[in-house]
Order: sequence, then structure tokens, then C-alpha cells
Amino acid sequence: MSSFNELWELTRTRTLLFLREPEILFWVFIFPMVLAAVLGFAFRNTGPSPNRVCVVGGGDAAALAERLSGAENLEVEHAEDLEEAELELRNGNYDALILPGSPPVVRLDPQRPEADAARLRIELGLAAPPADGDRDPVLELDEVTAIGSRYIDFLFPGLLGLNLMGTGMWSIGFGVADLRKRKILKRMLVTPMRRASLLLSFLLARLVWLFLEVALLTTFGVLVLDVPFRGGLFAFAALSVFGAMIFAGLGLLAASRVRTVEGASGMLNLIMMPMWLASGVFFSYERFPEAVQPVLRLLPLTALNDALRDVMLDGAGLLAVAPELGIQLAWGIVAFLVALNIFRWE
Amino acid sequence: MSAAGGGNGVAVRARGLVKRYGDLVAVGGIDFEARSGTCLGLLGPNGAGKTTCIEMLEGLKPPDEGEIEILGRTWRSAPREIRQRIGVQLQETDLLDKLTVLETLRLFRTFYSRGRDVGEVLGLVGLEEKRDAWVEKLSGGQKQRLALGCALVSLPEVLFLDEPTTGLDPQARRRVWEIVEDFKRGGGTVLLTSHYMEEAERLADDLVIVDRGKVIAEGSPAAIIASLGAESIVELRLGDEGADALDDEELAALPGVKEVRRETGAITLAVTATQACMGALLPLLERRAVTLEDLHTHRPTLEDVFVALTGKHLRDE
Repeated sequence: MSSFNELWELTRTRTLLFLREPEILFWVFIFPMVLAAVLGFAFRNTGPSPNRVCVVGGGDAAALAERLSGAENLEVEHAEDLEEAELELRNGNYDALILPGSPPVVRLDPQRPEADAARLRIELGLAAPPADGDRDPVLELDEVTAIGSRYIDFLFPGLLGLNLMGTGMWSIGFGVADLRKRKILKRMLVTPMRRASLLLSFLLARLVWLFLEVALLTTFGVLVLDVPFRGGLFAFAALSVFGAMIFAGLGLLAASRVRTVEGASGMLNLIMMPMWLASGVFFSYERFPEAVQPVLRLLPLTALNDALRDVMLDGAGLLAVAPELGIQLAWGIVAFLVALNIFRWE
Repeated sequence: MSAAGGGNGVAVRARGLVKRYGDLVAVGGIDFEARSGTCLGLLGPNGAGKTTCIEMLEGLKPPDEGEIEILGRTWRSAPREIRQRIGVQLQETDLLDKLTVLETLRLFRTFYSRGRDVGEVLGLVGLEEKRDAWVEKLSGGQKQRLALGCALVSLPEVLFLDEPTTGLDPQARRRVWEIVEDFKRGGGTVLLTSHYMEEAERLADDLVIVDRGKVIAEGSPAAIIASLGAESIVELRLGDEGADALDDEELAALPGVKEVRRETGAITLAVTATQACMGALLPLLERRAVTLEDLHTHRPTLEDVFVALTGKHLRDE
């Protein structure tokens, strides 16, 4: 009876304290929505972007420019001065320069992502008959729009994972460090309060706002950003709870010894920063060299993000993401066990 | 309220307490007893080992040596029972800033299997009007009273107070004292640390004066003061030149002077016969043409005892 009361009151207190910090509300709820909206807008699919190229020189150049101007997705300009045109090429204003001749010379930097497209389009433009002679098409185009393949669709589950990590680790890590620093932890220790109740109350309170956080963000993503939600609600909810608990454990671990909130925030950043970059939140971790990818896949946030994407975008069930769940479970168990063993109460 | 176990049993007993931090001996073998229904004060300057001592009693720090018994129990055998039956106020503990007074008390109340109604505690510490105010909006004195309230929610039999009024203004200090006196009137036992002699004299029935981890005097405040054997303390301010014109031997030879002590620009005499001493002192000053800048006499206090025993003031830092 009393032990339930104590747990209830501690959990209620933790939740109240959270709701009374407007800053926390901003970072947990508003910030990720704004981030998703802004990134989704900035990287929206706008169709293929045209290449700007420049034909340089006198005489033949004007005719060549004229001939290319009909080519698809090619913005063709004409300039007399080679030096100036080269400067524009270096600055990225032109994707390629074309010097008349037989055959014409195309100057470009093959390291740049636009180079291939520019080259291809120039070749196509030059290959086309000068007049509009009818020629049988080589292939026919069938255009479709695949929802779920946009950048925002990739990004959104990653942001959700990132938020589960951030909120979980900050709320627990910071909360514990603050209680310790201000000796409230010590004050509670001289009462008959069970230590387990205090730690458990952090987890339960985390679940309360986890629900709010995930429900609000996901609704926003699906309704406003049109992100697909193809998986089952149960699998999704289970995955969220699972992820939140793992990071609660890591937050507890980060704060288990530190004496100051500054120390805690350093420790939390140290743990989270690599995952911000390497766990496939903003871009796929497959961009990293193949040799490190197996390691990246073992990071808790990578596992969570992969599983969230599988469930949200591909409609996978819990069984299909079992390997990711296993990785997370291992992290969670180790984090909790170590944290409880090295925890500094005073 | 029938808090204490009745009679004059011993509520808190410490025997041979020792606590070391590396080479530093914070508490070097201290014994004392707090009788049920009384207040025992640990008086001493900062760094004397008072807080280490009281935190060992509260079960926060295990002593390296020695034994502690609280209400007949030991920390090893019955920690939860002891925690249930004591109330604690730590030195400089914050409470949760964004919780209201009432919420704070209710939280602490749930830690105990029995205790007071939180409304009653609000009354005890005089915070009824602040019940819905956030902790961060309270004044220093109100926070301290709330901390006391958190210690009283459990209907404790023993109250541990570690410097309960440090940093408070005189009025706020008196309000805290009144709450402690109410608790004592109800039969509770108090263990108090302080470096304010006024606080110790007012609240404590028995005192243990500690310095550098050792007990240097003990007994009731009156008995400790009487041990000085002086009727009054005479303080002379003479300025530097004036003080040099007199030497200790001739001052000690004045009638009724028990002890002579010098501090910069001032001389303090412990005196057994005030009138006789003054009768001889003033002519002496006259003969030496020493100008008296200031002259005070007062009844001896705990501070004077402390100075006599250690050569330091309680609040020297």
C-alpha cells in the first residue's frame, strides 16, 4: 500500500515537474516538429533540376549554343571570355563548359554530383537532329510518384528515434544529476523511501510523456507531412516503449556517478553525439565505409531507427525487427545493470 | 503526542565515533547521549566535525569505529524502523523548486507508513498561506520551515537538525526556534548542530562542544558557563599603544581577575569579582594615562568558554 503510494506520488511529482518547465516542452514537442517541417521542406522532391552550362568562344560557339538550347533540362548560356567562364565553373554556377571544336570539348569536374547529369544531357543534346525530324522514340516513359521514398519519409522515423533518445537520456540523466547535486537525493535517503521506487518513478514518468511525445509527433508527421504509416499500431507502440526504456537506462548510466549537472550534460553529449551523426537520422549510415557499417548497426539508435523505418515505411511486424530489438535489449540490460551497480546516492 | 519513550531514557547514544577521510580525522572518538525529550546540541566552529557526526547518526555515513544506537536500535539491525521514527533536516538541502509547499509535504508524507496529516504540518510550520506557492518563490526562512515540515510529517520521535538557522535573519531564526520548542514540548528528542551560541543556549538542555573532531566540554549550558568560574567578562578597547602600556602580569594581579586574554587592540579579563576589579582597574588606567576607547562587561557566555578553551571564536571564518 505505502510502497504503491510512494511510487505513485514520486511519478506524479516527476511528471508535474516536467510539465512545469516550458523549455522542456519546447525541446520535446515543438522543436522536433519544426525540424521535421523545415528539413522536409528544404529537401522536398522538386523533380530533376536542370544543369547550367556555358558555351565559350566566338564564331561557332553561338551556333553551338543555339543547337543545344533545345535539349531537355539544360540551361545553356554563351560567353566570350574563357577566364570568366572558368571562374564561374569553379564557383559552381556552371556545371560544365563547352568549347566548340570537332568534336566539342566538355570541361567539368567529375567529383561533383551534377557532373554526370550535365555530361549526359549535353551528349543527348548534341546527338539530337538539328531540325525537328521525326524519329522513333528509343523508350517510353511511365511516370509514378512513390510515397515513402521522399527524403521526409526517410527522415521522419529517424527524427522520432532521435527524440526518443534525447528525451529519455536528458530527462533521466539530468533529473538524477540535479537531485544529487542539490542533495535532494540525500534528503530522500534519510526517509524510509525505497530506492527502487525513486528510480522506477523516473521510468514511469518517462512513459507518461513518451506517450504524449510519440502520439503528437507521429500525428503531425502523418497528417501534415504525409509520412506513410504502414505498420501495425501495436508494433509501433511497443517499439517506442522499448526504445524509450533503453535510452532511459543509458541516461541513468550517464548520470550514475556525476556530481554536477554540467558533468552530466557533458557525459550525455558524449554518448549521444556519435549517434546523431552515425545512426542514420539525417542520412543513411550506408554512406559510411562498408567496414564500419556493422559497428554502426550495433549502436542503439541505429537499431531503433532501422526498426522504426521498417515498421513505419515497410509495414514490418515485430518479428521482422527482432534483430534490432535484440541489439537494443542488450544495450538496455547492460546499461541498467552497470548503472545500478555504480550508482552514487550521495 | 507521545513521542518519546517516557521517563529519561536515552534516545540517541553515540560511543567512540570515529570517521576518517584519508589522513584527515574528521571525528576523532566522540561519545554522547541525548536523553529522551531533551535537546542535545553539538556546538562548534565550522569544520569541527559536527556535520560528519550528525550524518553518521542519521545513517548517511557509516562510522569507521564506534557504535550508534537510536531509540534502542542500531543502523545495522533496523534501518527502516529508525528512518520511520526520525525526522531529519540536512544542512543546505534544496527542495524541488517547481513543486508547491503542499505537494512537497505530500510527497514526503508518502515515504512514511504513518505520520501526520499534511494540513496539520502546514499549521505546525506556519505555512498555511503559502500552501500553493512554488518552493522557488519562498523566502529563505519559509524554505527552512518547509524543510522542517518535511522532517515533521512522519511524527518523528527524534529530530536531527544540522545548522537549522544558518543564513537566516533574526526573526526567521526565532520562528524556527519556536517550531523546535513546540516539538520538544510534545515530548520529542532533538539533536542539533550549531555554531550560534545563542541558538545552543536557547534550545539545548545539554551541550557537547566540539573542536577538531574532539569533545572539549559537555554539560548543560549553565554548567559549562559556570565551569569558566567567572562572574563576568570585562572587555577593554585601548588602541594599540594603550594596550602596550599594560602588561599581563599586572592585569592578572588586579583583584578578582582570573584570566587575561589579548586580541588586536583589545584586552579581555575573566573576572570573579566585578566590582573589586573595576575599582582597581580604572585607577591603573589613570596612572598609565591610557585612554579607554571602550569598556564592556557582560555575563560569561558559551562563546567565552569556547574562546577560553580553544583560543578561537566560534564564528571565526
